[in-house]
Amino acid sequence: MSGSSAAGAFGRFKDVHREFARAHGGPLVAIERISFDVREGMLLTLLGPSGCGKTTLLKIAAGLIRATRGMVEINGTEVTEPQPDFGIAFQHSNLMPWRTVVGNVLFPMEIRRENSRAARERAMGLLAVVGLGGFEQAYPGELSGGMQQRVALCRALIHRPKLLLMDEPFGALDELTRMEMQDLLLDIRAKTGTTVLFVTHSIGEAIYLSDAVVVFSKRPAVVADHIDVGLPYPRTPEMRYRPEFTRLEHRAGRALGIAR
Amino acid sequence: MSWRTLRHTAYPLLGVAVILLLWQGYTRAFAVSRIVLPSPSDILFASIARYDLLMRETWPTFLESVYGFALAVVIGIPLAVCVANSRALNLTLYPILVATQSVPKVAIAPIILVWFGLGIESKLALAFLVAFFPIVVDTATGLRSTPAGLLELARALRASPFQVFTKVQFPAALPFIFSGAKVAVTLAVIGAVIGEFVGSVNGLGNLLLTANSQLDSALAWAALIWLSMLGIVLFAAVALAQRLLMPWAQAGQ
Repeated sequence: MSGSSAAGAFGRFKDVHREFARAHGGPLVAIERISFDVREGMLLTLLGPSGCGKTTLLKIAAGLIRATRGMVEINGTEVTEPQPDFGIAFQHSNLMPWRTVVGNVLFPMEIRRENSRAARERAMGLLAVVGLGGFEQAYPGELSGGMQQRVALCRALIHRPKLLLMDEPFGALDELTRMEMQDLLLDIRAKTGTTVLFVTHSIGEAIYLSDAVVVFSKRPAVVADHIDVGLPYPRTPEMRYRPEFTRLEHRAGRALGIAR
Repeated sequence: MSWRTLRHTAYPLLGVAVILLLWQGYTRAFAVSRIVLPSPSDILFASIARYDLLMRETWPTFLESVYGFALAVVIGIPLAVCVANSRALNLTLYPILVATQSVPKVAIAPIILVWFGLGIESKLALAFLVAFFPIVVDTATGLRSTPAGLLELARALRASPFQVFTKVQFPAALPFIFSGAKVAVTLAVIGAVIGEFVGSVNGLGNLLLTANSQLDSALAWAALIWLSMLGIVLFAAVALAQRLLMPWAQAGQ
């Protein structure tokens, strides 16, 4: 079920288990003994129903919460707290309304005290790549939801992270904007080579974006299937209608228990 | 000027004009005594004739209000920061704050006067006392309502507690701080006037009492209107400061 062997893996999830205390009754088991590997430069998606614990797993990978048992090792370090070379993007863009677009992108650099002229130029460059050239001085309140997510993506990438963690970043967008954002993400990944860990509940999105998809069951989440997508990059919108693509979607649907 | 801005100026002015006309008509038609209710024109003439006096008496009330408000900001915001960030301080100070706020300021005014005398200090103290509470409460509320997503982002970026405060928590609280300050600044004027009523040698409140005792109702009403204008001007000043310090609030509207 799990991917390649531990040796040489960029990221390793080993028997990760997480419980939450509840006011009534026993502890709530969010995820149970999750194991898989992530190769460097890979885009791996955690696919599962809402509330299955995939966000919990992503937060453990980000160092924002601790696993109850098991461990996550990224780039040779066991993750127990947020790491400096991680970038993170959430379902909500989480932009600061009081900062301009470029100010929001530069926020991580300010926190790292690396807010140099070069960083600013890099921010401008990233904004141009995501199609927001000319909006650098705008406030987030003036942007559409899709544009705000583009800013959040630039912010996640500004410090050249080794690992990009994305928690349903396109979940709140309309279908067409969402497809645009998927192509944008693939484009950026092709340029930067960043390893991406992506969480979604959309089967189509998972297959379209990923090298590999880890399908989660309902809570408590266990790995229901591990799909090596195998479709070539660059992915194009036409691929969504190919039989191979549909077969992969069907396989994911079976793993999720929504198709036979 | 667009139709929209025209409408936003014209309708409020129209409302005021209608009330003034009805008032003027009422005092004329029923020959109401000038002592009981002076007409708007009486008040206007009194304002023009005693302009110098009104201006002179506005100045002390203005200073009392502004100093009291400024002191409330300077003490209230740091105190709110302590209350919002420390559970122990919150539990210790909040009941005291609420108790202080529950004391009627009119009732405490004579005591303040005994402590601080007839000069500006006693009015400043009263203006401070009434302005203080909304600033502390609104600032503390704002500091505690930082969006969870922003705090999580800051944590993922390994921001220090000081960075979280200066770059996330405080700017996110600014809208709350300003709404508290707007309430506080108008209350500060009321505090100053209460002080002047209880004991003073000058100020618009003092002038109002003096004019009233001399049955010069037109002047008393003029002082009342100047007091309201003072409140409006101070409110507008805080609102202007908000526009300048929070330019993003206008964006996208």
